[in-house]
Amino acid sequence: MSDEAIIQTTNVHKSFGRNHVLRGISLDFPVGTTTVILGGSGSGKSVLMKHLIGLLHPDEGKVVVDGEDVSKLEGEDLTRMRAKFGMVFQWAALFDSMNVLDNVAFPLREHRKDLTDAQVRELVAEKLALFGLEGIEDKFPADLSGGMRKRVGLARAIIMDPKIVLYDEPTTGLDPITTDYVDEMIKRAKDKLKVTSVVISHDIASSFNIADRIAFLYNGEIVAYGAPDKVKAADHEFVQQFLGTWFRKN
Amino acid sequence: MTSESAEDKPSAVVQVLRSPFESLGTVVIESFTEIGETAMLFFQSVSWMFRPPFRIGLFLTQCEFIGVGSLFIVLLTGLFTGLVFALQSSFAFAKFSAESLVGATVVISLCRELAPVLTGLMVTGRAGSAIATELGTMRVTEQIDALSTMAVSPVQYLVVPRVLAMTLMMPMLTMLFNAVGFVGAYIVSVFQAGINEGTFMGRIHQIVEFTDLAGGLMKSAVFGFAIALIACQKGMNASGGSRGVGLAATRTVVAGSVMILVLDYVLTSFLLVVWD
Repeated sequence: MSDEAIIQTTNVHKSFGRNHVLRGISLDFPVGTTTVILGGSGSGKSVLMKHLIGLLHPDEGKVVVDGEDVSKLEGEDLTRMRAKFGMVFQWAALFDSMNVLDNVAFPLREHRKDLTDAQVRELVAEKLALFGLEGIEDKFPADLSGGMRKRVGLARAIIMDPKIVLYDEPTTGLDPITTDYVDEMIKRAKDKLKVTSVVISHDIASSFNIADRIAFLYNGEIVAYGAPDKVKAADHEFVQQFLGTWFRKN
Repeated sequence: MTSESAEDKPSAVVQVLRSPFESLGTVVIESFTEIGETAMLFFQSVSWMFRPPFRIGLFLTQCEFIGVGSLFIVLLTGLFTGLVFALQSSFAFAKFSAESLVGATVVISLCRELAPVLTGLMVTGRAGSAIATELGTMRVTEQIDALSTMAVSPVQYLVVPRVLAMTLMMPMLTMLFNAVGFVGAYIVSVFQAGINEGTFMGRIHQIVEFTDLAGGLMKSAVFGFAIALIACQKGMNASGGSRGVGLAATRTVVAGSVMILVLDYVLTSFLLVVWD
């Protein structure tokens, strides 16, 4: 594990109308680590994640990915920067009109025109097998369970071998066994593919299970940051109240 | 914290006095925002139309959905428009013994106005609302965000094929509307009103010109472009789950229908110079 940051946010502010959502976020995401951005609903987690991949631009401050200021990138440059990312969405965001093969192969068919159809199929099967999803290439998203959809979403996110994988609430709406499976899947992606993972979540158990570092977001500000044990011991009333809902029972 | 304290909160009287102005302001701001978003989408679509990769497969799929899918409703509307228009015309023209003009009157009206406008309204209701619903669902289920994160432009992938397909299919559907409308008018005029077939056809040949047809087809292409752009704008900006998707479809039908009538007036003003 290295301390060199692949993503850096510096004093990021973002407002929507009168709603000041992010209030000066400064965070480093070291290469090859899993950082969980933990926080309650409406704390600004999703907005922060969309800044990392350039779907939103900060009103103030900057986001630097692999040495490039994302807020200054446009067109082809932004496209090239986004190719460094894979993103797993909360509800997987698979294209309903396509089967699993076409969903997972989508980035390859868009950006790797040099590959033959057989090579694409082989790569898709390889990534699906990584998450225990053999032989489902012909199924449509509507035929899959929530957990399977998430895993297909992850297979799609890593098909281009990205440097960074973003996970948006990966365990929301899953039963405890599937949640464990998804946690293992995130760890496996980090260990086997050596990717930097950024996870946004409000699932305390899952966050403490997968995180190398946790950033606690409250009311648009990072109020606790560091290794899981450090965040657990943080001297902040809301952090203690939030974490207590799980740790008091376990 | 963002919540207002009790001291900052305006009194009930001030709130009542303020609310109509706030509502008006909200409507004005939202309207200008939508116009701005549609204008942005227009420029983005046009710029992506000429840049590879050209998505022929998606374009043909949309042609099939918009063109073939709307065929039945357009043919049905066209046939009954021709039937009823010929019926009314033959009844009215008989009062001053001008039945020979029924065919030419109906065909000119169909080519210049009825076919492009009614086809546009039908296609807005069927394909426009379906486009808004599809893109709206993709927006609220983050499929459009997924496209962006995979470094694919949603405008190029989703909007351009739909805009091009609608612009091409509308004149074709309008042409078919004209054809079945003519058949309807012929049936009523010749078999029901008893107008001589030679007179019916002769007057059409004598009065109707190619520019009548071409002008109407040009109008329908512009309507197609506008309908697709409006539907895509509403769908791409849908928010708030299934309610937001429903709202996007409803707004597409309302805005699309109004836009067709407004554009029809503007285009007719120009085309009258050509026609006359």
